[in-house]
Amino acid sequence: MLNYVWFSLVLISIIVGAINGKLPEVTKAAFDMAQTSVNIAFGLIGIMAMWLGILKIAEDSGVDKIIAKIIRPVSKFLFPDIPADHPAMTAMLLNLSANWLGLSNAATPFGLKAMDELQKLNENKEVASNSMVTFLALNTAAITFIPATIIGVRISLGSASPQAIIFTTIVAGSCATTVAVIASKVFQKLPVFNKELKATKAESEEK
Amino acid sequence: MDLSFANIVQVISDSAIPVVILLIVGYGLFKKVKLYESFIDGAKGGFDVAIKIIPFLVAILVAIGMFRASGAMDYLIALISPLTNLVGMPAEALPVAIMRPLSGSGSLGLVTEIIKTHGPDSFLGNLVSTMYGSTETTFYVLAVYFGTVGIKKTRHAVPTGLIADAAGLVAALIICKLVFS
Repeated sequence: MLNYVWFSLVLISIIVGAINGKLPEVTKAAFDMAQTSVNIAFGLIGIMAMWLGILKIAEDSGVDKIIAKIIRPVSKFLFPDIPADHPAMTAMLLNLSANWLGLSNAATPFGLKAMDELQKLNENKEVASNSMVTFLALNTAAITFIPATIIGVRISLGSASPQAIIFTTIVAGSCATTVAVIASKVFQKLPVFNKELKATKAESEEK
Repeated sequence: MDLSFANIVQVISDSAIPVVILLIVGYGLFKKVKLYESFIDGAKGGFDVAIKIIPFLVAILVAIGMFRASGAMDYLIALISPLTNLVGMPAEALPVAIMRPLSGSGSLGLVTEIIKTHGPDSFLGNLVSTMYGSTETTFYVLAVYFGTVGIKKTRHAVPTGLIADAAGLVAALIICKLVFS
């Protein structure tokens, strides 16, 4: 799916760019964004190292076991394939909490660590597991209790009540999250989305 | 002491990370974990992860950058607008709705522009703020998160993410109409 989306974006850009006479801009955007990507990744090294260090302390102290117990009722429903005290749970919870608080700098390292742990439990290393999709759905539809970035923008542009949107943001985010969980649970049962799972399974058995 | 709502939000925002670090490190000390060694051990992985996401970041950001620069984004908006008119989405807010799943910086730019033009406390200003806050850059997250662990077949991740985005955007519109107009 990501293949088609990606290919369509590139193809449409070049065709439309040619029609609009904007090919130089398209080329420039491609080079600029390639450079930006590296800047983003390099900017992430330090923050990533810091949070992975903190997470390792959490793991070694066993605090993740306590967290696992607390969230067990919810996690059992959302991620039935993942053992409650697996490190993936802690990383996912921290990622989602960081999203709730609008702390995107902290969210990414936890999220990447969570994916790493989920992949350890994944049977087909090239195919997304149900838990991965549910986690990403929760992540991309995350409720933000403190939308810090946008509040910052509103303050800087002279809003009389910058925090007025917190309530509406939480309501809209809750709807998105509910739909995300339902959609991921319904879609994961559809044959269309399980073809790839079976195909790779057969392939690896042949090998 | 200023106990206004905005100030309380600010305090929570500012203290969240220090408090989390303190709790984890404090509990580690209590459990006699070798804090420094553990931290170093974990932090070692930081470089690898950051470097590993570069190809995926390049792929997704280049494609979206090209799409925006070519003017195709404008056509996409024109194509979708009859549909969004049905649910009563203001024409000015539509670009934000379409840009949001694709590009975080792009949509923040649009939101800032709209707030500047219409004022932060106008209906439109509140609507696009809510839209921005209640959804995420789905494609960026999918590409980077799946990319780091080498997942190539994403199964139902894209449709799930997009349906959740759509639900969030429509919900933002409805709740803003109820609260702000």
